Amino acid sequence: MTALYQQYRNQILFSLMAGLLILVALIQSLSVSLTILNLCLISAIMALGVNIQWGYAGLFNVGVMGFAALGGLAGVLISMPPVSDAWQAGGLGILLGLVITIGTVVTCLFAWSRIQHLRRQRYWIIAVIIISGYALLRIFFDPGADAVESINPSVTGYLGGLGLPILVAWPVGALFAAGIAFVIGKVALGLRSDYLAIATLGISEIIIFFIKNEEWLTRGVKNVNGLSRPVPYEIDLQQAQWFQDWAMAIGMPVDDASAVFVKVCYALLFIAVIGILLWLSETALKSPWGRMMRAIRDNETAAAAMGKDVTWQHLRVFVLGSAVIGLAGAMLTTLDGQFTPVGYNPLRFTFLIWVMVIIGGSGNNWGAVLGGFFIWFFWIEAEPIGLWLIDALTSGMDPQSAVRAHLLEGAAHMRLMTVGIILLLTLRYAPEGLIPEKKRL
Amino acid sequence: MTDFFNALTLLGNFLIIPGLTYGSQLALGALGVTLVYGVLRFSNFGHGETMAFGAMVTILVTWGFQSLGLSIQPLPTALLAIPVGILATVILTLLIDRFVYRYHRERKANPVIFLIVSIGVMFFLGGLIRFIIGPGDQIFFDGTRFILKAREFKQMTGLNEGLSLKMTQAVTIITAVIIVAAMFWFLNHTRTGKSMRAYSDNENLALLSGINPDRVVLITWILVAALATIAGTLYGLDKSFKPFVYMQLLLPIFASAIVGGVGNPIGAIAGGYVIAFSELILTFAYKKVVLYLGPDNMELESLVQFLGTDYKIAVSFIILVIVLIIRPTGLFSGKTI
Amino acid sequence: MGFLLGEQMTGGYGAADILHDCSIGVEKGEIAVIVGPNGAGKSTAMKAVFGMLPLRKGHVMFDGEDVTQLKPEERVVKGMGFVPQTHNVFTSMTVEENLEMGAFIRTDSINDSIAQVYDLFPILKEKRKQPAGELSGGQRQQVAVGRALMTHPKVLMLDEPTAGVSPIVMDELFDRIIEIARLDVAILMVEQNAKQALEIADKGYVLVQGQNRFTDTGESLLANPEVRRAFLGG
Repeated sequence: MTALYQQYRNQILFSLMAGLLILVALIQSLSVSLTILNLCLISAIMALGVNIQWGYAGLFNVGVMGFAALGGLAGVLISMPPVSDAWQAGGLGILLGLVITIGTVVTCLFAWSRIQHLRRQRYWIIAVIIISGYALLRIFFDPGADAVESINPSVTGYLGGLGLPILVAWPVGALFAAGIAFVIGKVALGLRSDYLAIATLGISEIIIFFIKNEEWLTRGVKNVNGLSRPVPYEIDLQQAQWFQDWAMAIGMPVDDASAVFVKVCYALLFIAVIGILLWLSETALKSPWGRMMRAIRDNETAAAAMGKDVTWQHLRVFVLGSAVIGLAGAMLTTLDGQFTPVGYNPLRFTFLIWVMVIIGGSGNNWGAVLGGFFIWFFWIEAEPIGLWLIDALTSGMDPQSAVRAHLLEGAAHMRLMTVGIILLLTLRYAPEGLIPEKKRL
Repeated sequence: MTDFFNALTLLGNFLIIPGLTYGSQLALGALGVTLVYGVLRFSNFGHGETMAFGAMVTILVTWGFQSLGLSIQPLPTALLAIPVGILATVILTLLIDRFVYRYHRERKANPVIFLIVSIGVMFFLGGLIRFIIGPGDQIFFDGTRFILKAREFKQMTGLNEGLSLKMTQAVTIITAVIIVAAMFWFLNHTRTGKSMRAYSDNENLALLSGINPDRVVLITWILVAALATIAGTLYGLDKSFKPFVYMQLLLPIFASAIVGGVGNPIGAIAGGYVIAFSELILTFAYKKVVLYLGPDNMELESLVQFLGTDYKIAVSFIILVIVLIIRPTGLFSGKTI
Repeated sequence: MGFLLGEQMTGGYGAADILHDCSIGVEKGEIAVIVGPNGAGKSTAMKAVFGMLPLRKGHVMFDGEDVTQLKPEERVVKGMGFVPQTHNVFTSMTVEENLEMGAFIRTDSINDSIAQVYDLFPILKEKRKQPAGELSGGQRQQVAVGRALMTHPKVLMLDEPTAGVSPIVMDELFDRIIEIARLDVAILMVEQNAKQALEIADKGYVLVQGQNRFTDTGESLLANPEVRRAFLGG
């Protein structure tokens, strides 16, 4: 029995997952099941990104939320139409601000390389450059930003995007995340593991603050709605003759059929992406490069002694993994059709992804994907299951009882507790996760 | 001269008193993080939730006392309830240590594994707290609201600007001073406290000296639970109690501990105030202060503010990141208590 | 029958043994020194006697009692003191606090013992309020030895006490060690400076590859031409 399980473990576990989704389709509805599936797929991609960093290289990145948000931002900047009034009103100031920022950074880097011989003074010199650059920035940039934000604030109040198809945003989101990851990696990868964790957590919070507050770019807490779609709209489908015929043929109301159709389209797109990513990651793992990465992860000192450039390899892996997370972030905004900066919180976008990787099996790509599916499914379904459970358990109680009401109300929070318990149990009894890393030579 | 005192009052009211209050809250939180780091050698991501748990129990007991008509006017009833909160939190942390951390400690697990374990604890506690008290805002403050009202101050001094001191602010600062003093007395002058420092400094030598590691770990968790409950309750009294806020508080607390030098209690306290004052100094609008101090007919368009108020919390992260890059050991070299 | 005796000790950290039938012993009031080339297992032999190395064979007798199964902490309670080679002081704590921690297992008053240590190492009295991490190498070694003396051990084990200190400080330390031995304490130490150490030793052990090569009085070992040629540089 166990031997059979060992041999077909992946197939069994993934079939089980499929079974759960089918069960939801039967009990709740096909549409709910597909919604969960789509988010499972995106979660799986985020988990893959984290697994590249943690599983391949042992890098502890707790800034997942920031990279996902950057990907989401790409969705806005690529797909929304440009707001020409805003560009006219404040575009110049904002562009000047950009030039000043770049100028300050370049001056800093140049100065830093020239004043290495000065000891304490060099920090002061850099501080002076940064402060004067910042003052300049505020003088030129602020009026521009204010002007942009005052243009029709209830509808736009920001610069808008490039008006390109949203699929372009996916690779761009990956690029955004990769760019920031490069900078973070350059400064933070030398730190010991738990400092890296806290540094990335801090940086991801800064990214979210920036996105929430720089309204000229992102509309901040006012959200950006109505992002374009890579798939047809339900309303168009419902009016198309061929679709009505098709819906009739499969015996489904046209409304439901259109919703299902759109979700299936998304799912197919996401599955294609996940397929490509899995293929790439598996190929990379089997390559000599993958072997080297594992060597570095398992014994950094020895690998360094053998002449491997550990820091450079870590930086590459960090950038790659973050790019994958950024891609997933862009996909998520696409699926939602809107960009909501307040929605990014570390519990859901960082720690939950980590739980997926640990439970799925760190170091194993299939494990990360399964973890993404399993945990997301649970995250969504824990509430109805918990509610049902408590309802069943307290059915003997007086329906007016305050205790029962409190328990039913609290059921929504059961999932936090359950996820915590699952994580703790996994770390203790199955630290390798559901699908352990393959022992390779 | 009056202008000068007006400017000073303004700074006192909006910078110094709030800075001392917030700094005290951060310092108490950071002290807990630093103790865990020094003795158990990992970054405890569950500390924010431990604070929330302690505050929650205190709130429930406060409500109980209030309904019984028990009070210590003009002080908030919550102060009376804190010991119960501490007791409950001590039991909780000891149970968690027994069933979660001890296993990994015996296996001498990597600090990163401990960190992930503490994330699991964070999830569990977060759920438990929301399950018991709900995710919403809870009010449990009672007693006198102000010790010194701005209006009274103006009448007293004849200045344009008022200085006010809230009861919660005074309670926070005084409690923090007492707790910190007691903590240092314990660490520096008692046998048990010294054995904790020794264990944190050099585990092997401590074992050779006959110091019992289980006892050190036990005492550490008790202290951490007490500090967390007090810090959590003071923060809840001063601002408001909302479970989500405590998770957000985790980062400024870590920032305080690291800026001061993680593992170093003096550093944790200094770090708390550094972070609190940096946040306020960088986001305070100095317009009125400049107007008072400048020439009489001066006019000013701008708010004279380094960073928008929205970026308040981001300041702590920026300082954290800068310190991690320039001087990872912190202002006071850390790693031991 | 020695006061402290590790007999036929065989064992190591992993699969391979480091010690092979190695025997080490010391009597009350005596100084025994373990010397040998690098990697001979000198420190390992000392750690085996103190219970920091799992033994596959052999046993350790102390004061007429078999202590082979006891943990290092338990041997401290029985009256064994150990000074590790490195990390042997609490750097963030003051000299006096270091001494207090040394006496942690004692419940009686420790003021006399502290005074005794200060008599032995007067410089420590001067520096008693300074963190041990701020002291010089030689002073740190004095703190380390002082810390171990606080339990009034019947045997004091020193792992390379003179590593990294100047020759003058080394002579000074050896003088103090002789003084300690006169208090009827058995002293077992591992030394890199073989010649100087054997000069003060009542008994010397020359170890090679985890085995006893020569065992004799310090004087005879110094006089033995073979030992001189191979281990004392002529």
